[in-house]
Amino acid sequence: MAVMPNAVPPSRPAAERCFHCGEAVPTGTTYPIRFADQDRPACCRGCQAVAQTIIDSGNADYYRLRTDLPKTPEAALDELKQLKLYDLPEVQQSFVKSEGDVREANLILEGIVCAACIWLNERHLRQLPGVLAADINFSTHRARVRWDNSRIELSHILQAVQEIGYLAYPFDTGRQEALFRKERETAIRRLAIAGLGMMQVMMYAIPLYMARANTMTSDVQALMRAASMLLTTPVVFYSAWPFFLGAWRDLRLRRAGMDVPVALGVGAAYAASIYATFSGGSVVYFDSVTMFVFFLLTGRFLEMNARKRSAEAAESLVKLIPAAAIRLPNWPDSREEEIAAAAKLVPGDHVLVGPGEGFPADGSVAEGESSVDESLLTGESHPVRKRHGSPIIGGAINLSSPLVVMVEKIGADTVLSGIVRLLDRALAEKPRLALAADRVAGWFVLGLLVIATTVAVYWFFVAPERALWITVSVLVVSCPCALGLATPVALTAAMGRLTRMGLLATRGHALETLARATDFVFDKTGTLTTGEFRLITTHIVRGDRETALALAASLEQGATHPVAVAIRAAAEHPGHSASQLRYLAGQGIEGVIDGHPYRLGSPAFIVAEPPPLPADLTLVGLADQAGVIAWFGLGDELRAQSAELVDSLKAMGVRLHLFSGDRSANALALAGRLGIDDARGGMLPENKLDAVKALQQTGAIVAMTGDGVNDAPVLAQAQVSIAIDQGAEAAQAAADMVLLSSELSRLADGVAIARKTQGIIQQNLAWAVLYNVAAIPAAALGYVTPWMAGIGMSLSSLLVVLNALRISRPSQKPNAGRLR
Amino acid sequence: MDILYLLIPISLVLVAFIALILLWAVRNGQFEDMEGPAYRILMDDDSPVSNPEKSDDEQKKEAN
Repeated sequence: MAVMPNAVPPSRPAAERCFHCGEAVPTGTTYPIRFADQDRPACCRGCQAVAQTIIDSGNADYYRLRTDLPKTPEAALDELKQLKLYDLPEVQQSFVKSEGDVREANLILEGIVCAACIWLNERHLRQLPGVLAADINFSTHRARVRWDNSRIELSHILQAVQEIGYLAYPFDTGRQEALFRKERETAIRRLAIAGLGMMQVMMYAIPLYMARANTMTSDVQALMRAASMLLTTPVVFYSAWPFFLGAWRDLRLRRAGMDVPVALGVGAAYAASIYATFSGGSVVYFDSVTMFVFFLLTGRFLEMNARKRSAEAAESLVKLIPAAAIRLPNWPDSREEEIAAAAKLVPGDHVLVGPGEGFPADGSVAEGESSVDESLLTGESHPVRKRHGSPIIGGAINLSSPLVVMVEKIGADTVLSGIVRLLDRALAEKPRLALAADRVAGWFVLGLLVIATTVAVYWFFVAPERALWITVSVLVVSCPCALGLATPVALTAAMGRLTRMGLLATRGHALETLARATDFVFDKTGTLTTGEFRLITTHIVRGDRETALALAASLEQGATHPVAVAIRAAAEHPGHSASQLRYLAGQGIEGVIDGHPYRLGSPAFIVAEPPPLPADLTLVGLADQAGVIAWFGLGDELRAQSAELVDSLKAMGVRLHLFSGDRSANALALAGRLGIDDARGGMLPENKLDAVKALQQTGAIVAMTGDGVNDAPVLAQAQVSIAIDQGAEAAQAAADMVLLSSELSRLADGVAIARKTQGIIQQNLAWAVLYNVAAIPAAALGYVTPWMAGIGMSLSSLLVVLNALRISRPSQKPNAGRLR
Repeated sequence: MDILYLLIPISLVLVAFIALILLWAVRNGQFEDMEGPAYRILMDDDSPVSNPEKSDDEQKKEAN
């Protein structure tokens, strides 16, 4: 990201934009912020408090340095009590290292959008009395904090971060993390040794190459060779060791991997050079060996980082569960609180989750109402309202007010673990294309060994002194890595990107098939629509909407059928009490409110001509003795973005079908509204199955989109199936992909990414073939020295990896992605 | 040319020394964050705000 020197909102729009977060300032509110002797507007008390804290603590430069606007801080500023949890020794033991009073913990920081945030957080933390050190890793958004526990407690540190508008919580660095760090350190060490060796050996090699005949005594020459040998030895036996190990493993399993030619090349060149050093032979290849190893290690190191970045999406999920929870052991009799480690909760426990905290397990709301951020789990960017009985996903963040949650599922049974397992499965299953590439690479290496032997034998008879390095060049220059690397790197990158968007691939082949899909089949209810009966339009004949709805809701007070539920949900004040209620099955309900009789029901029941409302709505009329008061049109509401999804898929040239179990009229009306040409209603699951089979017989590759449960057989029949789901049942879904996000249009993005991935894999394979066809003959003819071969091979691998990484970067919306 | 008899061994010693420094740096986590320092250099201002609550020696410690 380019660092723009000035991200202070310019002064004119500052009149209506919040100085801190850039949101529009609601009219009639004043939350002034004092900045550079001027009053600037803020949109809410949260922004005002955060901005004032930042400015008062002497960090006003943040507003000059930042390149991106922060999120509006949630009003979670005074929840010190909740943070106190983290001060307890039993909670701290999982993530805090302590030496006496000096303690150290890793924190995850949320809300970091640009480099200035890092600067601000570091400075703010370091200003706290008692904080000994605070370092924030720019790439991972994690902070390592050391503090003196006798002077400041962890909860105060966390609160200090909240005060400037970010969220911090400690996490257990876990075994995976530790392993990766060790692996990375080893890789850097090997790389460093190889790089140093390469540079110094080159210093000795250049005089050997450049010196004119007889200017260098054979003593000096021997000394230089000996020094080169001394430096090359650790490069071969330490830096290049993984290649030898890999080759040995491959040979034992009787397959030809990519390490085999590399190990052969390095080994042969090194052995020949040692022989030449001691026997006073003509040429040594120490420079080529070190350079080759260095380039290869560089390629592997970059690849390792790329993989890690792709896998991060899955890993970040695991760390969402907080370490501790407030348990209410005697709820609802008393609100006595006790602290429990999240891992020790059992189903049936009640826990209190305050605003700004994560939910420790899956469960349902037992008390309270709040909005919840599930974005990391579902990709859903808007907070979700939760009220009594709403399901809660462990790892989601409670935003506005405290909730009492009954724990229902813990540990491996939770949605979060399910998602992680699905991801693991998808990553473990190799797609067909990758399998094919692996097989090809195997044959390729075998072929290469045969060619190398032939070349060696040929040159041994033609020009024995060149035979060795030509053979080494042939072994080295070929790049089976590009073949073997091209596909997996691209797929990992694509999966990481999709997961962050809320579209989870649970099968290895899903991406590949999605890219080739020619026909999309949608289910109606629960897929293109929300699946809930809701009041969609009201047509008022007399009076106003509020009153009419209140009357209708009062009549439907005790009823449980969908129409009643929908009307009650729409009415804000059910107010009146109705008496003498009489329910007539299939027609309607009548009753008396305030002495006046009312009727609510079908057009026939209230004897009136209905107004022209869309055909797919169920009409209910409200009437009194004087006639009709209002008409209510109830229906299954379209999901937001259904239309957008249909449009983008059509633009991609995909044929669309709507197979619904609902009445034909409804299906047709909906399809007409969305612009889907082929709509069929009244279909039983077996009809849908047959229809999909019929499509497939015409050669179509069918992607089936359904809600995962009742569409199971059809989902299984389609080449690729996508379950639309709100998270809860995601873990059980048998589908190849699960859309966790409620934003339907992500599906179209998914298709676009799948196609891009496919394209990039093909580019990579094409490059690998082209490169090898050109490079191997050139090397066999002796035009390529071993070090040139090393560069060629490494560049080729690197090109493939970098090309694949293009997938993980969003191509549009430059400000939307997080800085990573 | 005789100087080479001395220079080459010295260069070897130097390389070994640099290698040790590099290994020490890796062990100390100097390579953990490869992006941050590039930005940090732009942010660092030369006049740190003094914090009245802090003792002088602490400020010194943090400056390191």
